[in-house]
Amino acid sequence: MGTSDHQASPPRLALPELLIGVGLLACAGAVAWQTLAIPVSPLYSKVGPTVFPYITMAGMILLSLLLILAAIRGGWQPEEEKETPTDWKAMGLVAAGLVANLVLIQPLGFTAASVIMFVLVCFGFGSRHPLRDALLGLVLALVAYFGFAEALGVNIGAGLIENQLNALIGAPLGGKGG
Amino acid sequence: MDTLSHLAHGFAVAFTHTNLLWCLVGTTLGTAIGVLPGLGPALTIALLLPITYQVAPEASFILFAGIYYGAMYGGSTTSILLNTPGESATIVTALEGNRMARSGRGGAALATSAIGSFVAGTLGTLGVAFLAPTVVKYALKFGPAEYFSLMVLAFITVSAVLGSSSVRGLTSLFVGFVVGMIGVDLQTGQPRFTFGTAELLDGVDVIIVAVGLFAVGETLYMASRRYAGKDEIVPLKGSLYMTAAEWARSWKPWLRGAAIGFPIGAMPAGGAEIPTFLSYAIEKKLSRHKEEFGTVGAIEGVAGPEAANNASAAGVLVPMLTLGLPTSATAAIMLSAFQSYGINPGPLLLTTQANLVWGLIASLFIANVILVVLNLPLIGLWVRLLKIPAPQLYAGILVFATVGTYGISQSPIDLAILYLLGAAGFLMRRFDFPTAPVIIGMILGPLAETQFRRAMTIENGDWTVFFRHPLSLTLLTLAFIGLVGPHIWAWIEHRRRRGPEHVPGDA
Repeated sequence: MGTSDHQASPPRLALPELLIGVGLLACAGAVAWQTLAIPVSPLYSKVGPTVFPYITMAGMILLSLLLILAAIRGGWQPEEEKETPTDWKAMGLVAAGLVANLVLIQPLGFTAASVIMFVLVCFGFGSRHPLRDALLGLVLALVAYFGFAEALGVNIGAGLIENQLNALIGAPLGGKGG
Repeated sequence: MDTLSHLAHGFAVAFTHTNLLWCLVGTTLGTAIGVLPGLGPALTIALLLPITYQVAPEASFILFAGIYYGAMYGGSTTSILLNTPGESATIVTALEGNRMARSGRGGAALATSAIGSFVAGTLGTLGVAFLAPTVVKYALKFGPAEYFSLMVLAFITVSAVLGSSSVRGLTSLFVGFVVGMIGVDLQTGQPRFTFGTAELLDGVDVIIVAVGLFAVGETLYMASRRYAGKDEIVPLKGSLYMTAAEWARSWKPWLRGAAIGFPIGAMPAGGAEIPTFLSYAIEKKLSRHKEEFGTVGAIEGVAGPEAANNASAAGVLVPMLTLGLPTSATAAIMLSAFQSYGINPGPLLLTTQANLVWGLIASLFIANVILVVLNLPLIGLWVRLLKIPAPQLYAGILVFATVGTYGISQSPIDLAILYLLGAAGFLMRRFDFPTAPVIIGMILGPLAETQFRRAMTIENGDWTVFFRHPLSLTLLTLAFIGLVGPHIWAWIEHRRRRGPEHVPGDA
């Protein structure tokens, strides 16, 4: 609170905002690199596939400079956002759930990976009933797998649980399916 | 008369059993996701895009439109009872609606918002039916240069004019452009922005972008803000039937709201924020119960903005169906559904796809009727939905996000992209970048590029074509004013205020 008492104190540089501005500038650099990599046939020299990328790149450079300028002038975060502390533990658990899903979806199949993600995310959000959550996650994942996926005709990676269930369902309904 | 016969034909399409069923499914699902915080129509329609491979175009658009309208109805329930506006368009409803609920008049607030939504939604849909053929007449005269300039105007309005900062809005838009350009250039067959990988040749699917930004990003954001404040549901008190006095105070705001909302929604600028705020300001000024605003809650402050919100949602369909110009994230995703059917949205849509367009418009009338029934007598059901605890709700959203993205390709790379976009969505949410321009830029950017290159090819590479055609010049001038005008205005205001002593209370 010490320095902000003076009304005329110069605005402090806002680091997170500065990083965003610099990050965008880096993205513009990546756009430039990828644009230069586009081979242009002389046939399209006037309005070829690189015109729009160059316009986009120019726009991004300009915008990132404006963002950096705003960051130097104290940033743009609303006060209430700044004052709310980030709950890193909760975010970390959610992120862990996502990573677990990404890593496990191929070896274990969709349902098992989803249950693990579900439990981790619930725990991150403050639920302290992992067993109940696991059961709920299992039901939801199966609903998603059989209802949603079958209805939309999208094919989701089947794992152990799905195969068991498919076999289970398939046995009595064998003739009807298809 | 022409419109009426088309509409009659549309009702014939919409009244088939299957299409009625799709309408019912769409409106129910739409209300549910509107009620649930963290889920919106753009995300839901994106997740359901694979359905376009399964059913006829009429069916999926009736479903999508039902979701779109339903989410508006459901969103107001959440705003009134929970005071967490599900989307920016219902912020104003939360202002007065939640106060009404707290002072025991939640039933009347829900009723005026549902009936107002019905009135305005029906008027707005009528507006679409009658305005669309007229717009098409003009649109048929547009050349590529005019189209491009119109898209530039739409880009500026959706990203720079609406929202809190033009720089951040445009940043989102340009990020959308880059994402939209990834993949093979349709005109020359050159790969662009693929970083040499084969996976990116097909481009990035809009489903992944929408789900990443809206579902994963939102979940991460909510996790990071867990202690920020616990929402409490205001128990529903009061009769759902409005008293005669409440009817008398509601009907004018409904009509005024519809009159404000529809034209603004139908302009290539779109957006529901401006009409709702405008309607709120007008009702506050005209009301004879000014003392209720901001204290116990004024019914006019719910009726007007809710009507404006629904009428503008209908209005957004006009540029989408006649020009192929989406002005909201939801409309942009619907546009990509057209593309998935190989249908070219544009002025010819009304003639080449008459069944689809008029069936869709007719189904919107039916959707409104279904929605008012779903949202008044069955309101208790939706209130129960509000009680789903946050941990299970967000974990469930992530499960469905996985189904929707991994299911398309079965590629873990898509999941990785999804989560990276989720991280980006979190940063955008945290640092106040709007996310809708990303989706609009990604869908509309490539279309704008096509028109740009077409115009340039016709004119042999002479870029002055955009300034020589009078209509194109007008549109570009409007875009320029939209971009620079607010800044100049703010600067003048700033000067004026600093000049002579600013008298408080003269505003």
